[in-house]
Amino acid sequence: MVCIVTYSGRGVSASGPKRTASLTNSFATKAKINRSPIKQVVKKKELTNGHVVNHNHRNNHVIKPKAKVDHQRVEVKRREQRKRAGESFEECTLWDAFCTYLCYAVLVLVGYVNDLVRPRTAKEQNRDGYVPLYASFESFYTRHVYRRVRDCWNMPVGSVPGKYITLLERESKDYGWTFQMTGKKVHCINLGSYNYLGFAENHGTCAEAAIKAVREEGVGTCSARRELGNAHHLDELDQLVARFVGSEDAITCAMGFATNSMNIPAILNKGCLVLSDEKNHASIILGLRLSRATIRVFKHNNMRSLEKRLREGIVNGQPRTHLPWEKIFIVVEGVYSMEGSVVRLPEILALKRKYGAYLYLDEAHSIGAMGPNGRGVVDYWGCNPRDVDVLMGTFTKSFGSAGGYIAGSKKLIALLRRGSHAHAYGTAMSPPVAQQILSSMKMIMGEDGTDEGVKKIRQLARNSRYFRQKLKQAGFIVYGNDDSPVIPVALYMPTKIAYVVREMIKRGVATVGVGFPATPLVEGRTRFCISASHTKEMLDHALGAMCEIGQQITIRCSRLPRRKEEIMYDDSDDEDIE
Amino acid sequence: MLNAVLAFFYRNLIGAPSYHLYLEAFLALWLFWLIRQRKKAEKKKLLTAEEEETIINAWQPRPLVDEKELDKMEGYDNGDVWGPISGRPGKYVEIDGEKYLNVATHNYLGLMDSTELDDAAEQCIRRYGVGSCGPRGFYGTVDVHIKLEEKIADFLGLEETALYSYGFAAVSSAIPSYAKAGDIIFSDELVSFPIQRGLAASRSTIIYFNHNSWEDLQEKLEEQRKTDKKNAKKAKTIRRFCVVEGIYSKSGTLCPLKEVADLCKQYKVRLFVDETISFGILGKTGRGLTEHLGVDIKDIDFISGSLEHGFASFGGFIVGPSYVVDHQRISGLGYCFSASLPPLLAGAGIKALEIIEQNPDIIEDVQDKCKYMHKSLDNILTFFKITSEELSPLKFLYLVGCKVLPWEVTRELIEQVIIYVKDNYKIALIQPSYLDSEHKLPLPCIRISVNRLLTYKEIDSIGNAIEDACNALNIFDSIIANISDEDAELRNEMVSEYEAYLKAKEDKQSRKAVLEEEF
Repeated sequence: MVCIVTYSGRGVSASGPKRTASLTNSFATKAKINRSPIKQVVKKKELTNGHVVNHNHRNNHVIKPKAKVDHQRVEVKRREQRKRAGESFEECTLWDAFCTYLCYAVLVLVGYVNDLVRPRTAKEQNRDGYVPLYASFESFYTRHVYRRVRDCWNMPVGSVPGKYITLLERESKDYGWTFQMTGKKVHCINLGSYNYLGFAENHGTCAEAAIKAVREEGVGTCSARRELGNAHHLDELDQLVARFVGSEDAITCAMGFATNSMNIPAILNKGCLVLSDEKNHASIILGLRLSRATIRVFKHNNMRSLEKRLREGIVNGQPRTHLPWEKIFIVVEGVYSMEGSVVRLPEILALKRKYGAYLYLDEAHSIGAMGPNGRGVVDYWGCNPRDVDVLMGTFTKSFGSAGGYIAGSKKLIALLRRGSHAHAYGTAMSPPVAQQILSSMKMIMGEDGTDEGVKKIRQLARNSRYFRQKLKQAGFIVYGNDDSPVIPVALYMPTKIAYVVREMIKRGVATVGVGFPATPLVEGRTRFCISASHTKEMLDHALGAMCEIGQQITIRCSRLPRRKEEIMYDDSDDEDIE
Repeated sequence: MLNAVLAFFYRNLIGAPSYHLYLEAFLALWLFWLIRQRKKAEKKKLLTAEEEETIINAWQPRPLVDEKELDKMEGYDNGDVWGPISGRPGKYVEIDGEKYLNVATHNYLGLMDSTELDDAAEQCIRRYGVGSCGPRGFYGTVDVHIKLEEKIADFLGLEETALYSYGFAAVSSAIPSYAKAGDIIFSDELVSFPIQRGLAASRSTIIYFNHNSWEDLQEKLEEQRKTDKKNAKKAKTIRRFCVVEGIYSKSGTLCPLKEVADLCKQYKVRLFVDETISFGILGKTGRGLTEHLGVDIKDIDFISGSLEHGFASFGGFIVGPSYVVDHQRISGLGYCFSASLPPLLAGAGIKALEIIEQNPDIIEDVQDKCKYMHKSLDNILTFFKITSEELSPLKFLYLVGCKVLPWEVTRELIEQVIIYVKDNYKIALIQPSYLDSEHKLPLPCIRISVNRLLTYKEIDSIGNAIEDACNALNIFDSIIANISDEDAELRNEMVSEYEAYLKAKEDKQSRKAVLEEEF
């Protein structure tokens, strides 16, 4: 019973007693049947709110002499830890919010003055009398706010995006209007690319296999899959993906973004209600918009909000006609790329079962990167992949390739083979790209005969936990789940974002800054993406640099209790077992 | 000060007539009562918890996949005829251990067979690995992307290019980044599916004009001008766009760009041209329709294209003046939020462009083959109508009378022809795949793609193979048998045409026999 822990996502504490009871009961019954051993272990611990537990209890990373462990017990314990893994999200304080708004206000004001004194707007040529191509505010923001920090994005890269990355230095002589290459190269530790398992390599078995594919099958395909683009390796890939994620069948697509935007319209139609997480990716939103289904947004990872929307949806029916909805879909992501949070899958599955909704799970950032076997958040939570109706994921991140998949029941995939835009019109996947996925996925599954894949998964989990704990200890405001390899650190102000990115590059660490409009105005942040190819020394270097910068600008102002004892890097093979 | 004010009010209150006070008190009470009533009514409207529970329990979702609907869907899959291919789909394609002449894939320039592209790709893998592991903004801009962008822009003589990682995503993301709700887009009715998706995503008002009819476009523009005059203030904020394709991927026709561009100039409408098919094919040096028709490229706001057709690589691009294209980099959804093109594909794209630049005779060659193919298909005109123009590398073969034939019959007959040609001539033909959600769902047809590497003899063999298939399978009789009596006129016309064809054929054979005898 106790395995239902209430979470403290987004600073909202446990949900109201009545609602939670209804929600937890259904899940608890299932847990009771399926996982009776959990009870014995768990009962001793008291029911506590997520991140508080993490701070008060023993550290998982301290190396202790290990006696022979009972594997079942260990698995149960791991699961338990996962359930407790805190989701932290500190709200921006009033003072920070004020400062951030002030910062934007100053930028806008200076912009206006600038426009008055020496108007420098890109003028469109020979389009006199046309209605302007884009709104004046849009170009104002680009000219006066984005332009000042433009050097922090789109940096040209001259190497493989592996553990290190080579940036080609640019300089701007006119305050960000144009850039020139200096010809110099900057070598950085790469904490910016989505290379979770470290498969971005220009040598080794995967790269050689890809080169072989180029030699044998060429680069392009020049045809859609439903025309004459269906190659043997693509059929093999479909089957392998289905086996990997544990579903009946799967279909692949040559672009990750298009997997969402071009397949969702085939699954959903006008009479459907979609409950979409507010932090869902642009590709999902585009797909939903194209499907013409009714979209309602619920608060990020907030089960109470989701249940409320579900009930409202069923009770009120379709707008105006009040006809009952044909289908209700819950659309969520596994790991949110900007938040670092992990979806609360068991609770969502319970809700879905209770209300008869369908679940669309986008595992773009979690497939390969989460779970003891790298099978995504489904594996992480120990759920059954067949309970999720539509499993979507991409190959860009963990597999170091490109493209995406949708997996599900045989019927669903049959529908997509008939109705998917990508299958009918999109060019079939390039052979080397497909080969890279085949080799890396087989490696993760251990089908290449080595334990390379498992090692990578463990290394990633270890690195993510270590880096996050260290950042928290240093007092940074870290968002998201303790186990997620995406680690955003709140900076709030646009000036701080630019400062951190620039200074980190100076100290040999490449990171990503994210600000408005990709995040809300007061939630500017920098983001670290941890990879299995990073070593402890590299992470320590990055942490050192971050702390140094944190000293200069006040960004180490977390109000959460900090851990006193030293955080150890667990370099043993069995990660996170006490 | 405050005291004075209070005293003033007090004096007035005392001094007021009493009926005034009663009236005010009554008014206040009435207001209070009204508010309470409304609250009560609102409460009455709300459902009780039990009622809610009943509704929730009664609600039954439809199954995720409705099998009946699945059967109804138009989902022709060439996989029913062709198994999965193995090896390289170049001029020849290997399927189930057999080698077929490939006129099904969009490999117009024959670059699929070029090992130079492979070398470039291999070099890129050795340098950058396979994936780029990030969107363009976050360490996904590799130097080959920048080089390819510059190359495309230089090739077309324009300022800037935005490179997308998928051909489909390019134009479908670019259109909604400019056109928003309330704007107006004039679009040819036969535009390709990616464009249609872009139009749908923009939520603008879409006005379709008849295919390739600039007269109709003018009419629609004139109509719009009239409505604008009624509300001139609003009209000043409405952006207008016109979307056309260079060579239409659904019909193989060329756009009358000169007339369209002139109209757009006259009515101050921005013009987007999708050159997915025509880029690298039309014009003396392969710069597309603008070069072919001598239209000033500056009159076009952006040109979209793809490297997935003639260029045998991957990726789509938007090219135009910096003012226009730069906006893509912060507002094109498929540009900002997608991982960038794998560097090896960008490398292959650069190589492909270099090959075209250095050997302009390739373009001449492919145009020549397109024209020759068009001519050689003359002998099947009795069975098929060809909508394509002679310069188009795509030839669309529509069965005669297909407009009045039932859909399934057309499909079945075409499939018979394809299978016959497959078995007897080892030529790979396909039916293009479409979805129900197309704006105007085209009828089933055969699509032949011209490949530069085809010899004249091979081109001739394609026409002959189809003709032979039609004769051997008695396609004509099947068509006639399936035309209902309502269309008797058309049927008679077709029969007389067919008889003429037979007679001509007989003559030809007898002449041939005479010649052979003489020889």
